[in-house]
Amino acid sequence: MATMTQTLPVAQTWKSDVWSWITTVDHKRIAKLYLFAAVAFFAIAGTESMIMRTQLATPDGTLIDGSLYNQLFTMHGVSMIFIAIMPLNAGFFNLLVPLHIGARDVAFPRLNALSFWMFLFGAIFLNLSFFTGAPDGGWFAYPPLTGKEFSPGTGMEHWILGLAVLGTSSIISSLNFAVTIFNLRAPGMKMTRMPVFTWMTLVTSFLILFAFPPFTVASVLLLTDRIVGTGFFNPVAGGDPVLWQHLFWFMGHPEVYVLILPPMGIVSEVLPTFARKPLFGYTAVVFSGISIGFMGFAVWAHHMFAVGLGPIANGVFTAITMLIAIPTGVKVLNWSATLFRASIKITTPMLFAVSFVALFTIGGLSGMMHAASPVDMQHTDTYFIVAHLHYVLFGGSIFGILAGIYYWWPKLTGRLLNERLGKIHWFLAFLGFNITFGPMHILGNDGMPRRVYTYISGQGWDTWNLVATGGAYLMALSFLLFAFIVLKGLRGEKSAGDDPWDGATLEWATTSPPAVHNFDSMPVVGSNRPVWDGKYGGSPAPMDPAAAESDIHMPKASYWPIFVALGLAFAAAGVIYSYPMSAVGVVMIFYGTFAWTQESTVGPPARPSGSGAGH
Amino acid sequence: MHDLYRLITLASQIAGKSKATRWRRYGVGRYLAVTLAAVGVVVLAGCGELPQTIMHPAGDDARLILDLLVPVLWIALVILVVVVGFLIVSMVKYRYRPGNDGIPPQIHGNPRLEITWMVASALIVAVLAVMTFKTMSIRAEAPGPGALIVEVTANQWWWEFTYPELDVVTANELYLPIGQEVDLRLASNDVIHSFWFPSLSGKQDVVPGTVNRMNFVPEEIGVYPGQCTEFCGLAHGQMRMAAFVVSPAEFDRWVEMQQTGADPALATSPGAQVFQINCAACHSIRGTAAAFGQIGPELTGIGARTTLGAGVVNHTPETLAEWIRDPSQIKPGVLMPALGVDVGDVPAALSEDDITALVNYLEQMR
Repeated sequence: MATMTQTLPVAQTWKSDVWSWITTVDHKRIAKLYLFAAVAFFAIAGTESMIMRTQLATPDGTLIDGSLYNQLFTMHGVSMIFIAIMPLNAGFFNLLVPLHIGARDVAFPRLNALSFWMFLFGAIFLNLSFFTGAPDGGWFAYPPLTGKEFSPGTGMEHWILGLAVLGTSSIISSLNFAVTIFNLRAPGMKMTRMPVFTWMTLVTSFLILFAFPPFTVASVLLLTDRIVGTGFFNPVAGGDPVLWQHLFWFMGHPEVYVLILPPMGIVSEVLPTFARKPLFGYTAVVFSGISIGFMGFAVWAHHMFAVGLGPIANGVFTAITMLIAIPTGVKVLNWSATLFRASIKITTPMLFAVSFVALFTIGGLSGMMHAASPVDMQHTDTYFIVAHLHYVLFGGSIFGILAGIYYWWPKLTGRLLNERLGKIHWFLAFLGFNITFGPMHILGNDGMPRRVYTYISGQGWDTWNLVATGGAYLMALSFLLFAFIVLKGLRGEKSAGDDPWDGATLEWATTSPPAVHNFDSMPVVGSNRPVWDGKYGGSPAPMDPAAAESDIHMPKASYWPIFVALGLAFAAAGVIYSYPMSAVGVVMIFYGTFAWTQESTVGPPARPSGSGAGH
Repeated sequence: MHDLYRLITLASQIAGKSKATRWRRYGVGRYLAVTLAAVGVVVLAGCGELPQTIMHPAGDDARLILDLLVPVLWIALVILVVVVGFLIVSMVKYRYRPGNDGIPPQIHGNPRLEITWMVASALIVAVLAVMTFKTMSIRAEAPGPGALIVEVTANQWWWEFTYPELDVVTANELYLPIGQEVDLRLASNDVIHSFWFPSLSGKQDVVPGTVNRMNFVPEEIGVYPGQCTEFCGLAHGQMRMAAFVVSPAEFDRWVEMQQTGADPALATSPGAQVFQINCAACHSIRGTAAAFGQIGPELTGIGARTTLGAGVVNHTPETLAEWIRDPSQIKPGVLMPALGVDVGDVPAALSEDDITALVNYLEQMR
């Protein structure tokens, strides 16, 4: 049935010109843009970590100096969080949410494009700082170190303004997906029937909506501290550096769930498919995700146990942090139980998904250890935390995202990724990951602090650092292999067909890749596994070929999103380079927004992909 | 070390026993033994001295925390083994076998089971919380009367220790008498730092604009390295320090040395004059009339210190000379200027003879 897509007009296929990508408002193409850009920034941030691991392979390393090291670890953290994992997740939101709920696109397609271009320009702006001195105050940017006195360059301005642009992009995108999920669900797609991934998208959207505005305000206060000499966070001027830490972690901790909940959603889709069973305890998994989202706003000060907030505050945040272990544990147990009495097809996405559960469990348990604030007094700011956070965000988020890429590659390209090479990739990544980050638990226990560009020998740290660096090279190798697999997967692999994995959710009811309008007819949903139940459950298939619509209008392409995003980038960059540039940027934003409201939004009719497509 | 040998012995025993079991058919026993032995060798190689580990406490607070850490770690390990074990067994036992193309039972969940493990999780969390709060309440106790007060001042990138009751100031090397509670008041002159002697106590951030407190009792004689653990800029990785837990008698001797300061007889030595002209604006030495500088570390008793540059290099006359010549070669970012090298057209402030005299002078400060 995949052959049916060949009737699409040329302008809507892979071979279309650059202009159509610049002006696209199609959620699937925006997904590809997000994923492509995020993988590029992931590669840059990964290279940064390889330089650091090489420096730390031996004591008294001389590859780079402290100044560069501090820029690298700051940029590695900021990049992995804001311009690698978040946009990778956003790529999946874009690809999947409309398909999952049976919609033709998101609620605001042009805003969607605006989000992407803002992200891209913000990310480029952040990385341009390497030419003039990148931010070097850590991703958390604690003042007074990040004040003008101790960080006189423009690196911090890149950090503040870059994150402001990226944060605004995320806020817009979150609004878009929340509205989409609430309003564009197909008939019968109740909230209680939504795929877990889409649920986690909704929770994540709300996390971003509540976490990022206060943070953006805080970073503007830091900016005024730096450029006009206000003293919000400067103790010499009567300000309070600890206030910054509260405001930062009020975003910083929910941010962790912003990074992990979508991959949890991915895994909740992948595990049942290859277990050939429904997710064990759908309701419990969804409610766990929601309660993790809520509680995520009440635990921020566990990043500040050593600050000196006092035993009462530390006690309260210890208790709430431990409470989060309950819904998290429930999720892990439900995923595990999904495998019980299953018929497990051991595919590459399944290997990554099961690894996710195991590695995330390790990260969760070490997190439970330093939820106990006295233990954290020893572990905080050591390599134990480096190990913990990478087990959550690499063993967790990245492994989940890799599972998603292998699993949904057919919906991106119409092809499958190479299974044999994929399994080798999984093996190398899994091995390399554990060799890199496993020993860091020991290093932290043996007193090695984080964020040091060098260390002296005689501390018992030499061997484990060398082992960790060896593991890092193994991981780098696995990602080179992954790059090869993906490039091969664009052209060289076999066609996937509509439903290669025998899936359960609506994206498998349409073609691979889906037509521009996603579904020829409006799906009608009767359960939370509509496609599976259509195949095996005796209930009618969600797609009725006879109901194919002939008159489908998709939104028109628009260049105003990129124009407005460019204006915002100019406005931000001008704060550093020249204020007139900012003025031009602001004019562009206002003019672009006005023009945006004036253009017609309805594009030419899309042709159905042919009668009989789908099931 | 001893434990590790036992671990390896145990591994080989397991390998031996496994001959009698069905593992042998798969060669699992031998494979396991080889793996464990390999891991053991790596662990041994990485072992040796662990001066900064949290696993061998020498202070009451570090011990208290370890007593919480160990049971929490065991609980975590048990959960880990159960979950990962279940995953591995399931992946093997319930894997798809060719020919078995039937649909497995479609289990949507089991409310009773799910409530059970939710309650179980909550119970585990409750146990953890009780243990944690017990430890927290002990840690929250204020220092008793008779505690030794030490004011810690953090700077980029070194530590100053003031004993206000004893009228003693020193830098980077903290002397503590064994068995006496110490009451630390921590302040910062610039950015946020964090004060950490893993063997003695949990860490405490040092925040400018506020004075943080911590207290503990050193329980074992020895030298314990510590280090700044809150990222504080360029030389954060080289902001180290050491704690000398000594007998009360030795502590009194040290206090007396610090109180007396320089031997007056040294005042006429050539090194003393070099010091007065070149160093005294930033550094002070007790017992010398014109050495009053407050910018750099106090140098009273410098001759007795074991390291230089906040624990960056071992202290020998040679490294001291190198440090004076150009400290940034040893510790990039250090604020002290290079006194013994030409900078562009400006000749060095100190000749090699000056440096030799200065080193001789400083080495006698003990």
